[in-house]
Formats: sequence, C-alpha cells, structure tokens
Amino acid sequence: MIIETLCFYLFAAVTLFSAFMVISSRNPVHSVLFLILAFINSAALFLLLGAEFLAMILIIVYVGAVAVLFLFVVMMLDIDFEEMRRGFLQYLPIGALIGAVLLAELLLVLGTWAVSPEAAEMAAAPTPPVEEVSNTAALGQLLYTHYVYLFQAAGMILLVAMVGAIVLTHRTRKGVKKQNIGEQVRRRRSDAVEIKKVQPGQGI
Amino acid sequence: MEALLLEYLPILIFLGVAIALSLVFVGAAWLIARQNPDPEKLSAYECGFDAFGDSRRQFDVRFYLVSILFIIFDLEVAFLFPWAVALGDIGIFGFWSMVIFLGILTVGFIYEWKKGALEWE
Amino acid sequence: MTPALIPSLGPAVPEILLAVAAMALLMVGVFRGNGASNLVGWLSVAALGVAAVLTLGLPGERVLTFSNMFVVDGFARFVKVMVLMSSALAIIMSMNWLDRENINRFEYPLLVLLAALGMAMMVSANDLISLYVGLELQSLSLYVLAAIRRDSAVSTEAGIKYFVLGALASGMLLYGSSLIYGFTGTTNFDALATLFGREGYSASIGLIFGIVFLAAGLAFKVSAVPFHMWTPDVYEGAPTPVTAFFAVAPKIAALALFSRIVLGPFAEMIDQWRQIIVFLAIASMVLGAVAAIVQTNIKRLMAYSSIGHVGYALVGLAAGTEEGVRGLLIYLAIYLAMNVGAFICILAMRRKDGMTEEIRDLAGLAQTRPGMAAALAIFMFSLAGIPPLAGFFGKFYVFVAAVNAGLVGLAVIGVIASVIGAYYYLRIVKIMYFDEPAAEFEAPMSRELGIVVTAAAVFTVLFVLYPSPILDSAAVAAAALVP
Repeated sequence: MIIETLCFYLFAAVTLFSAFMVISSRNPVHSVLFLILAFINSAALFLLLGAEFLAMILIIVYVGAVAVLFLFVVMMLDIDFEEMRRGFLQYLPIGALIGAVLLAELLLVLGTWAVSPEAAEMAAAPTPPVEEVSNTAALGQLLYTHYVYLFQAAGMILLVAMVGAIVLTHRTRKGVKKQNIGEQVRRRRSDAVEIKKVQPGQGI
Repeated sequence: MEALLLEYLPILIFLGVAIALSLVFVGAAWLIARQNPDPEKLSAYECGFDAFGDSRRQFDVRFYLVSILFIIFDLEVAFLFPWAVALGDIGIFGFWSMVIFLGILTVGFIYEWKKGALEWE
Repeated sequence: MTPALIPSLGPAVPEILLAVAAMALLMVGVFRGNGASNLVGWLSVAALGVAAVLTLGLPGERVLTFSNMFVVDGFARFVKVMVLMSSALAIIMSMNWLDRENINRFEYPLLVLLAALGMAMMVSANDLISLYVGLELQSLSLYVLAAIRRDSAVSTEAGIKYFVLGALASGMLLYGSSLIYGFTGTTNFDALATLFGREGYSASIGLIFGIVFLAAGLAFKVSAVPFHMWTPDVYEGAPTPVTAFFAVAPKIAALALFSRIVLGPFAEMIDQWRQIIVFLAIASMVLGAVAAIVQTNIKRLMAYSSIGHVGYALVGLAAGTEEGVRGLLIYLAIYLAMNVGAFICILAMRRKDGMTEEIRDLAGLAQTRPGMAAALAIFMFSLAGIPPLAGFFGKFYVFVAAVNAGLVGLAVIGVIASVIGAYYYLRIVKIMYFDEPAAEFEAPMSRELGIVVTAAAVFTVLFVLYPSPILDSAAVAAAALVP
C-alpha cells in the first residue's frame, strides 16, 4: 500500500513536471520528448488504477505512433522557435485567465463530489472482478458484441483517415527510374539481340 | 487489485534500476570528466573548413504518409488484442464482426497499394 | 457469458448501403484511375439516392437498434433525406467544376459519400458515444475536402484551420460527454432522460459543466457565435463546390443533432438550455447581419450569411416546443434550396483566367446573363426574407413559434437583424441590375446544373402556393421528436 502511494505521487509529479516542460522548453524536440515522458507516466497512472490494457495501448499507440509522428514533423520542419515565442507575453493574460477559469471549475466540481446512489444500477455493463477476468478479456467480451456498431464505425473512420492521408500527401515523382525485376528476368534473346546481315564494305 | 499490481512490480524495479544506472553514467561523466568547451572543439566537422551551410533538408512528406499509415494499422492491431483474448467468449458473432472490420481496413489497404503509397520512391 | 443477441440491421439499412457503396466505389475508382471520376461521381449520387429512398421506406414509428445506440424516428428520417439530397446535389455541382480546375480526383465524391454517412449516423444517434463517432466521421471527411486543392495555399490553410479548430471542438465535446457520463453513469439518451425525469433529481455542478462543454462543441460544428471564427476563412479558402457542401449539409445535420440533444435527454433542463440557445441565436443573427455588410468576397459573404441563418434556425429551437422544431425543420428545408441555388450561380462565375469570387464582378449581370441574374436575384431576395418568396416563410414559422413560446423579444431582435441583413443581399441585386457590366463570364452552365438551379428557383418562388408537403412532413417529424 505504501509503495502504491509513493508510486502514485512519483508518477503524478513527473507527469506534471514534464507537462510543464512541454510548453516551456526552448527546443521543440525537447518538448516532444517531454511529451513522451508525460504519456509514459500517465500510462503508469492508468496501471495504478487497474486499467492495464489501456495503459499498454497508451504506450503502443500514443508513444509508439503519435509521438513519433510529432517528432518527425518537429525535427524536419524548420520551426523558427524564437519567432513563435515572441507573442508569448502578449497572450499571457488571456492564457492565465482561461487557466484560472478551468482551475476554478475543477475545484468547484471536486468540492461537490458525491457518488450518486443510482450510479451502480445505471452501469450498462459492470466490470467483472479483475481476479477472474483480465482487463483485456473483459473489454473484448463487450466491444465486439454489444458495441459492434461503434467498432465498425471506428473502422470507417480509419478508412477515411487512410484515404484522406493519401489524397492530401501522396505525390508521384516524375523522372524516377525504377527497376521492374520481373520484366528484366522475362527478357528473351529475341528482345535483346538482333542479327543484321552486313555486306562486306557496306557498314550498317 | 493488489494481485494485478504485484504482477507489474518487476517492471517498477526495472525502472528504478534503469534510472539509477543512467544517473550514475551521466552523473559520473559530469562530475569527474574534465570539461573545457571551446568554440573550435564544438563546431561541426567539415574536413577542416568552416561549415558551408545548414545541413537540414526540406521535409519529405513521404515520412509523414508512412507514419500515418503505421498509426492506422497499429490501431487495427490494438483492436485485435482484446478480440484475440476474448474470442472464446464472444462466439461466431464476435468473429464475424471482427472480420467485417478487417474487411473495411483491407479495402483501404488495397486502395493504398494500388495508388502507390507503399512505394518509397 | 451471455450470448450476444444479433442486432437488427433493418433500421440501419441506408447507412450500411452507404458504407458498402463507399468501399465498392473506392475499389472501382482505384482500379480505373482518375479518368473514372465522373463514373464514381454519378454512382455515388445513385447510392445517395437509393439510400434516401430506403430511408423514406423505413417504418414511421421509433425504432431502436444496436444496443439502443441507434434510433430511427420520423425526425431522423426527415433530416436524413435532406442531408442525403444535399450531398447528392453537392457531388453533381462539383463534377464539371473540378474538371475545369484540374483537381478532379475520384476520391472527391467518395469523401462526400463518407461525410454523408457520418451525418446520417449523427442524426440517428441515441448515445453520446455514437454521436461522437458519427460527428468525427463527418468532420474528418470535411477536413480532407477543405484542403483537397492541395497546390493552393489558401485551400490548405482553410483545411488546417478547420482541422485544428474542429479537433479542439471535438475534444471539448468529448470532455463534456465524459463529465456527463461521470456524473450520471450512463451515456444513453433514453437512460439520461429517465434519470433527469426522476422526482427530485438535482443536477450536480459537474453535470452542468459537462452540458456546457457539450453545447460548446456542438455550437462550433453549427458555427454559432461565439464559436464561428473558423467559418469565414474556411468557406473562403475551400474550393467552391466544397463550400457549397459545407454551407448546407453539415449545418442541417448538426442543427438536427443539437435539437435531438436539447429535446431528448436534457429535456428536463429546458429552462437552462433556453438561455444558452437564446444567447447563441441573438449573437449569430446580429453578427450574421452586420459582419457581411463590408464583405467584398462572395464566398465570405455567404459564410456570414450562413452564420446568420443558423441564428434564425436556433430561434426555432429556443422555443423548445413541437411548433419550434417544426419551424426549424421548415427553415432548414427552405435554406437548403436557397443555398444550393445561390452556390450554383457562384460556381458559374468563371472568367477567362479562372474563377472569380469578387462581388463587383457580378456587375451588370442582368445584361450579360439575364437568366443567371434572375435566378441569383430570386435567391438573394429569398435569403433576405422578402415575401412572398420561401425564405420569408421560413423565418415566419420560426418567429411565430418563438412568440407562441413567450420569447417575443427574441422574435423582435430576429426581425430587426433580418432587416439589417437584407442590405447586403439587396446590394448584390442592385449591382447585378443597375451597375455597368463588368467582363462577361464564359462557359455557360452545364445542363444538369441548369436543371437544378431552375428547380431551386421554382421551389423558392412557388413555395407560397403549395407549401403543404414540406409543412406536413415537418410537422410529423417534429411530433416524433417532442413526444
């Protein structure tokens, strides 16, 4: 129990620190690396809550794919960071105001927190105890049967993402010489060699 | 819950050891090594000349396309995990719902193959 | 484990048809290359038409399926037919134009088809998650469509702006949905309605915050003020047929979604909602009336005009009664016809060196192209709300519903905003009829576009004589939503 509490405070503190460093770091690559750190610590927090599948998916998808995409774009675009930061002081009051409003909201919500008596009976599918059924299996039992509509809709969204990415970015380069190995292997003597009868003293 | 977290304890220990070891490596270098930075020492090496220009090239959008396609199929795999674990419980209906999902993404795959998005050059 | 019951697919047949058609057309298009864009375009229109017919063939009573996440009732059917029809018209509008602009790709009608699928799913949503999924499917297709002219900086900028702001709005919507789920334990609309209807239920403050975030996300999608900032830039930057699609179909679907949420799960809190919607309506009407006065680009003007029209439509929703929803639906049907007609005329504004979007280029159109000028004049008068054209009746029904619900002040502000806003519509008519002719437009309108614009103009003019089909079906649809 003590280790659990210690771990929670450790991971939470590192998450907050890395989140802050994402926005205040000078180098954009450092920002993305701190973002990756924030994701990994959030995954650890999910684990402490007992959502192990979600924690692993966070690492596989967020860190493994999304953060890599961020890193590609940040590393290869020539971002003039100094230019971007120049407007910072000008927008600081508005940003602080929005942050204060959200903080006040959070405190108001937490202050009146109370678990409703109806909550337990409203649950569409109560979570089976984790000793009997693992997290992943519990999700799997519901996702492909009760929530099949959302599952297929997610498939259509992924399809749109694929089509959209190709429509917007795919270019065929002109003047590129590619080898077609099959064609090269299929070449026959009759395609490559031509015998010409040359008259003596005439030339071709 | 305790049992679940206990299973992940080795990872926590591993994390602790990794952090400690990394700190030792970097800290030892920082503490003990002699550091005399000098503009000549820190500049990029270009066979003795001063650098001719920035070595950055323009962003090639093919990387972006590759990583987007990776994300999409990564998410497909993420959906496959719970299905594989729970296949015994969801029966024929669960099986065919996943087949339809895979079919949707296969249509997308054929599309991108034919369009040439998988060719690097 | 309980064996899963196979969900009944009957009510969802139009959506399944659209999804299968989209995938089949994707295969057709990719195997035949870009020369097949016209074929894919007409086949998509056919698919949308068949889906609309199937929607009309669905039974009239309320049917739930897919674990109560998908609902089909009279309201959903009416809105779906409008959405499918406007998507089909958007594809027809685009075919010739894209060819001329050299951005003819077969994925264009496909993306419109997928956006229509997303909109149909949205309108039939009975659950916060299925709402979000439908919304995202629609939004993602629209982001790609906005940026589809990828060699133009303006179009790409429009796509990026739409994407970033749209993703932010979707994030807020999802945050609101998760707060609602956290504080009620369910995402299903019927379960929420039962929960709120219980005796002595007091909404906790977290729930109120969730509803506000949800409303903010939806207001963005509808482009109501103060979440309208993206609309002028995106409408101006996107290619014109895409703008025509934006101005019509997603607005209709999002407004229908808004109505369903306000009058479905959160019907018990109508008093709190009413204040929010009244504010959105007033702000949108006023901004739409005032900001368009200084515009010189016709697409930007149409963007502000659409913001204003959303304000008028929201007046009908603010009434919160069955009559209000009927007014909203009538307004949307008329808005569809007017906007489609106006945009077809804008699409014909082509010069020798390319498309022009400046209002001053319409000068003297009455002398160079009398037919087109007449049609555009009809649509402008109708948009301004001048009787006896259809636009007047749309506003009439909406304002009458508001007055009957006690919101007299709102109706008065609406009328004033309508009068102020009429200025810029009438200014266009004046430029067309009374100014010296500018250089002539080349390329006459294609035959199918000519048919559509004539039909829209005839509808706008003759609505006053034979309004009952629209009025009656809207009444049936409204009755289905407000039990």
